[in-house]
Formats: sequence, structure tokens, C-alpha cells
Amino acid sequence: MIRVVLPPHLRTMAKVGWEVEIEVKGPVTQRSVLDALEARYPMLAGTIRDHVTRQRRPFLRFFACEEDLSHEPPDAPLPDAVASGAEPLLIVGAIAGGIGSVSNETEPLAV
Amino acid sequence: MSRVRLLVGTRKGAFILTSDGKREKWEISGPHFAGWEMYHLKGSPVDPNRLYASQSTGWHGQTMQRSNDGGQTWEIIDNKFVYDGVPGTHQWYDGTPHPWEFKRVWHLEPSLTDPDTVYAGVEDAAIFRSTDGGKSWHELSGLRGHGTGPRWQPGAGGLCLHTILIDPSNHNRIYIAISAAGAFRSDDAGKSWQPINRGLYSKYIPEPTAEVGHCVHRIALHPSRPNTLFMQKHWDVMRSDNGGDSWEKISGDLPTDFGFVIDVHAHEPETIYVVPIKSDAEHFPLDGKLRVYRSRTGGNEWEALTNGLPQSNCYVNVLREAMDVDALDPCGIYFGTTGGQVYGSSNAGDSWKAIARDFPAVLSVEVQSLP
Repeated sequence: MIRVVLPPHLRTMAKVGWEVEIEVKGPVTQRSVLDALEARYPMLAGTIRDHVTRQRRPFLRFFACEEDLSHEPPDAPLPDAVASGAEPLLIVGAIAGGIGSVSNETEPLAV
Repeated sequence: MSRVRLLVGTRKGAFILTSDGKREKWEISGPHFAGWEMYHLKGSPVDPNRLYASQSTGWHGQTMQRSNDGGQTWEIIDNKFVYDGVPGTHQWYDGTPHPWEFKRVWHLEPSLTDPDTVYAGVEDAAIFRSTDGGKSWHELSGLRGHGTGPRWQPGAGGLCLHTILIDPSNHNRIYIAISAAGAFRSDDAGKSWQPINRGLYSKYIPEPTAEVGHCVHRIALHPSRPNTLFMQKHWDVMRSDNGGDSWEKISGDLPTDFGFVIDVHAHEPETIYVVPIKSDAEHFPLDGKLRVYRSRTGGNEWEALTNGLPQSNCYVNVLREAMDVDALDPCGIYFGTTGGQVYGSSNAGDSWKAIARDFPAVLSVEVQSLP
């Protein structure tokens, strides 16, 4: 089983605790783990990667084994320790606080 | 006795405020979806316990929620908003072409007849519809595709479709507004659209009377006179008496005609409300005095409503979705501020009191009048 640690908002949405375990068939990659995660928890679709582009949301990072894997190709194998279940894949929200307070300005100025 | 329920969306969650018909004591539940930006919540007119809510964060993008019990419990619904066909481009801030990219849902407008049908106004500007209670969304792409889309340009808040009005006498007629493209109308239930901006004058765009490019902040109508529209534009308060075919300025004696909200009294179709804001560069009330202005003549002649509102050192804003009226008699009117206050009046604006004082910044206020 693959262990995945979700950020707080997604734990609330999925109604799960700190860590979830999911079964991944075939090679263990970012893509296969996220596919399995979204299949098990459909409410998370679109919240970690964009529905259309399938790109990681810019204010999320993927960490494991004390490495930042965020910029690894989605089909690159994850570390053996993740594939064996010894270590979790951590999905982490940027501590910048998201873009909400910066670009979601709801008061249009002059164009 | 009738009851009133306020659906309040804020920067950090949603709150539901309920009161009996006296509207003196309020119960507050929330925050629902704590920590999320709640741009808008709205109930179905035919099933008031059916609520739809737009929930987003910078980390996780857009999610959508639905309630079947008036907000006591919620279920996640589809959040996949995919533009129809090849999206193409609109203008970016610098005038260069920029691909259409979905960012968030600004406005939800449930059908007047079917609780499972709901429209969503989104950024980058487009209108989507669900006919299965939010299980799937489909774009009404005739709006983006009617021809002027490549000339639309975002305001500082983004290229947002923020207003959707369904004509209660003719459900095939739909009005929408986009910052900063302007107002548009469909007469065939959203298949095809035309700009309705004749009479608008915007000195901040290269061609002040252009067909599109106007920063419309909000449009309102009274159900008994659906051809009469009231608009708060970036600057200027406007009205149309022919379904948007032409507009005339009704700012009259307002101290400033910049602002975001506009609304109509529930029982008096010529009584309208705005909250003047100092300017586009200074988003707070003139002279630090929070004043709602009411016109009982359909515009031009306005009176300041100040009783119960702060009249010194008040520097909040009232955003475009953040005002609504109830259907009781006398009419109640409510608005929320970026300072986290929700003010209510149970006498059509003659006096006000703070229902809540310390919410996060209020993004939207919707009112449900319940049996």
C-alpha cells in the first residue's frame, strides 16, 4: 500500500485523517498515485492537479524521503521507500498562504 | 410568521444567519467550509432548502457544494468546468492575446423553476449550466463565441462573469455582466447572446462608447418590471427601460457614483439602493461615512440612509455580491463589508443595525425569505 499525507483542507474534504493508504497497480509514479487517490476519493479531483492540464496546482508541492519531487516528471518512479510503503508521499500546501490574499482582488480598478 | 435566512460568503468561510419575521434576533451558524473563500451561495427559489455554494482557495482551486437541507449538511458536487471546444483568447492587461483559463466560480444562479438547474458565472468569463443538480457542468458557449470575446479584457479582479439575471416573465431571456466587458443578453435561453451596452460611457477605455469593454459591476431588476434594469457601473449608476437596448445615467445627486452594489426594493420597483464608494483608487466610503443611498424615483434623486451606520472613520468596502433584500413587509435590506460587518434594516433602509461585526471580509450576501 502507498501512504499519502494530505494537506488539511483536503483531509476535511475527503473526511480522512492525517494519512491515507491506497493501492496502486503497476509502476508507482506521481501520476499513478494521484490517479489512484482520485479514484478512491473522487472529491479530490481537480484539487491537486488541474482538471484540464493535469498539471500540479502551483501552490502545492510533493515531498518524500526528505526530497522535493515537485518538478519530477509525472511518470518518473517515486522513491523505493514510497513504493514499499516505508515512507509516505507528502502533498504539501505552500506556506505562502495561497494566492487568495494577493490575486483574488475582487474590486476591479480601471482596466 | 415568515423567516429570513442570510447566506453570507466570506474570505474564510460561509455563515448562515436566521431570524424570524421581526428580524431583531439572529442566530448564526458557521463558519461552514472554514478557511475557504466562499465567493457565493444561493438557494433555489422553488426549493429554498436546495443551496449551491462556490468554494475555492489558491491552493486547491475550485470546488462546489450543494445542500438539500438549508445548509445543515453539504455534499460535494462536480467542479469540472471545461470550456466548450478550443477556448481561444481574450485580451490580457497589456492588450496581448491570452488564452481562456478557468479560475473560479463567482456567481451561482439557480433556475426559477427547477431546483436541479443552476447557472454558474465564472472567471475567465463564461456561463455554465448544470441540469442535474451540479453533477455536471456544460458551457453555454454562445456567449464567449458570439464574436467580441477576443476583445474582452480583465479588470483588476479578473475577467469575471459576476451577474446572472433570469427574466421571471420570460425564462428564455437571461442577462449577464462581465468585468470588464459589459452587459449581454440572451433571448433564447443562453444559446446566443448580444452586447447591451449602448448608452454606457466609460472614459477609462480608449473608445468610451465602445460596444464592449465597460466595467459593469452589478445589474439588478424587479420581478414585476423585468425590462427595467438598474446598473452600478465602475463609475455611473445607470438604468434601462428596454431590456438593456439602451441605458441612461441616473447618478443624479449622488456624492460619488463609483460603487459595486445595486439593488431594488422588494415591493417598490422604483426604489433602488446603492452604496457610493469614493473612487476607483480609494475603495472606501466618502469622508469615512458609511451611507446607503436610496432613490424612490428610480434614480437621479437620492437620499442618504445613515441611521445606525458608522459616520466617522469607516474605511470598508461593499463588494458587488454583498447586498440583497428580503420579501417581507416592510422590506428588509442587508449588506456585508470587507471589514466583516453584516448590516441589516427591517424598514427598507430607514435604520440599520449590525447583525454581525467580526466576520472575515464579506464577499456575498444572499437573502432567502422563508414561510
